[in-house]
Amino acid sequence: MTPQDQLAPFLVHLADAGLRVEAQASPGLAPAQLILVRPEDWSQLGSEAKAGTWRWVAGWGEESGEDGSESIRINACFEKAGAYLVARTSVSRAAPVLASHTASFPGADRPERHIRDMLGVVFSGHPDARRWTRHQAWKDSEFPLRRDFPAAGRPQAQTPPDHQYMFLPAQGSGVYEIPVGPVHAGIIEPGHFRFQAVGETVLKLEERLGYTHKGIEKIGEGRDAEGLARLAGRVSGDSTVAHAWAACMAMEQAAGLQVPPRAVWLRALMCERERVANHVGDVGAMLNDIAFAFGFYQFARLREEWQRVSREAFGHRFMMDRIVPGGVAIDLEERFIATMRDEAGALRKQIGRLMAIINDLPSVADRVRGAGVLKPEYAKALGCVGYVGRASGMDLDVRRDAPYPPYDHLMVNVPLHHYGDVNARARTRLEEISASFNLIEALLAGLPAGPVRAGWQQAAAGAEGLGLVEGWRGEILSFVRFGADGRIARFFPRDPSWTTWPALELLIHDNIVPDFPVCNKSVNGSYSGHDL
Amino acid sequence: MLRILGKIQRIGIVTEPLPKLDEPALTEVGEQLKAGIGELFGGSLAIREVDAGSCNGCELEIQALNNPYYGIERFGVHFVASPRHADMLLVTGPVSRHMEAALRRTYDATPEPRLVVAVGECGANGGEFGTSYASCGAVANVIPVDAVIRGCPPTPLALMRGILEAIGKRSS
Repeated sequence: MTPQDQLAPFLVHLADAGLRVEAQASPGLAPAQLILVRPEDWSQLGSEAKAGTWRWVAGWGEESGEDGSESIRINACFEKAGAYLVARTSVSRAAPVLASHTASFPGADRPERHIRDMLGVVFSGHPDARRWTRHQAWKDSEFPLRRDFPAAGRPQAQTPPDHQYMFLPAQGSGVYEIPVGPVHAGIIEPGHFRFQAVGETVLKLEERLGYTHKGIEKIGEGRDAEGLARLAGRVSGDSTVAHAWAACMAMEQAAGLQVPPRAVWLRALMCERERVANHVGDVGAMLNDIAFAFGFYQFARLREEWQRVSREAFGHRFMMDRIVPGGVAIDLEERFIATMRDEAGALRKQIGRLMAIINDLPSVADRVRGAGVLKPEYAKALGCVGYVGRASGMDLDVRRDAPYPPYDHLMVNVPLHHYGDVNARARTRLEEISASFNLIEALLAGLPAGPVRAGWQQAAAGAEGLGLVEGWRGEILSFVRFGADGRIARFFPRDPSWTTWPALELLIHDNIVPDFPVCNKSVNGSYSGHDL
Repeated sequence: MLRILGKIQRIGIVTEPLPKLDEPALTEVGEQLKAGIGELFGGSLAIREVDAGSCNGCELEIQALNNPYYGIERFGVHFVASPRHADMLLVTGPVSRHMEAALRRTYDATPEPRLVVAVGECGANGGEFGTSYASCGAVANVIPVDAVIRGCPPTPLALMRGILEAIGKRSS
């Protein structure tokens, strides 16, 4: 069954259900199909999509004043078996109210609150009236993504702390609260966790994020294509390759630009290297969180060696700014093909030997098995992607299910587990490392000759593009619209962490507080990629 | 257990005497660092790392200082969990407005005399993010800064050099 087989029956079904749906051609959004929906049908669209077992992928809005209509467009992206759908409606700027999709899709909760904080659209029927991205840096009557809001803002001399946020209370005999963060104990990103516990057992965890909000969507506006690629490469530094690729893909689709084959193969090579580096580092960090120092240092050593080859071959340990509009900024010298092939083979062997040791230790198994279970039904409800989803039965990988070049020419093995505990996430990641080695070998063997960058061609004013890339954390969606003079009018990157942060709150239930670090690391959501 | 011991014996100590990629040698910077820390901090420099809004790139490289290649603890540097225990704050940026109060409070909680090192292009000057409604830009816009380590992100060796330079300022 091809993805398109999902789409047509659903559109017919929507029409039968009485929705007025207009399919519109928008080549920049491919492979997604764009449909226009009336705002009064928005709520039913959500419930029909849920009934049809579509996944809610992302939501974003943009002010569309260019035609003088003073309206705000709202988009919701859905996916089913690799078919993508972008539903679009518009509400008036003066009274921007739209039905919430959160009741049908719990994963839409924070994204809708983000849209409200940033754009001032009220989602009626939303179960949570609290702000999300906004702390105290701007007023509740101001909306940074509106055109009349200057990027410089109107900041106070000192931004006050955000201590008025109402956490949901838990009460009862022996219940106590542990506030953690935003400054954490380790060398990690900032965010706040509010635990309610009885003894050592976690009753409830509530996250408060937004601390690293840097205004990425707003400061993306007005940039040229190269400038946006640089910014996208810093949405989440650990995913610099994947985010830069998704943003470039979106811009190239908007401009109708063909990227040379060698460039897309090199992009994939970098993206797989990024995946291996992060998974290897995180497997070590998980072992560190269960106090198994041997494993931590061994994996840290392997990660360092891997990063050094990235630097030798591509000139940067994270390959930052190597993906640029139209291609890649640096070609791969011939000699690195053998180097990288040998390196992948050697690392595969080393990890195999280490895992033979680690799998032999009951004390490791005792800490990771049954810890932090994300039930498959929760993963499905939240639309979890990446290894978090795949460890809980969510069988999606963009590289396989909606393949973009060069993955349309490659065989992608996608591991799948169902138990959803720390062990399952660690196994999934180890198997993904192995799958990446296969891909790296195939990419090196089949690397086409030719140029690595096409000259940039300016996109038409109003042109839009969508990038969908499987980063190491999972599916990244990047939306771009061009304005006049080839400048960016709207940039929205959706990091997979949006789908996994809420999962952490659920999977920590009934675990003990000291198991939180390893549970958290097994998920490893990006704060920066989420806070934008 | 025998397997672990076997692995440890086979791998040996990988901490390198001379790095392959970075010049001048890591040991040279490391030995200077160790000497400086010995002289000025009784042999032990405690660092509290504060991510004040970074993209996480700088954090990955700061974490790398603890991997067996750099092993920065052997030069007397260790990362602590609380600013109350710290001699130095290593701050990555840009300082988001939402982290501004937390950074000030962390600074206030650090006992004097304290050193502040701003890390990365963003910590130095706001980098790609600059100053905006959401970003205060450079760390120095929020708290006094003693030294800056440039780079996006700075490599582990650049971080070590920067820390060395910062403690040098203490002696002068």
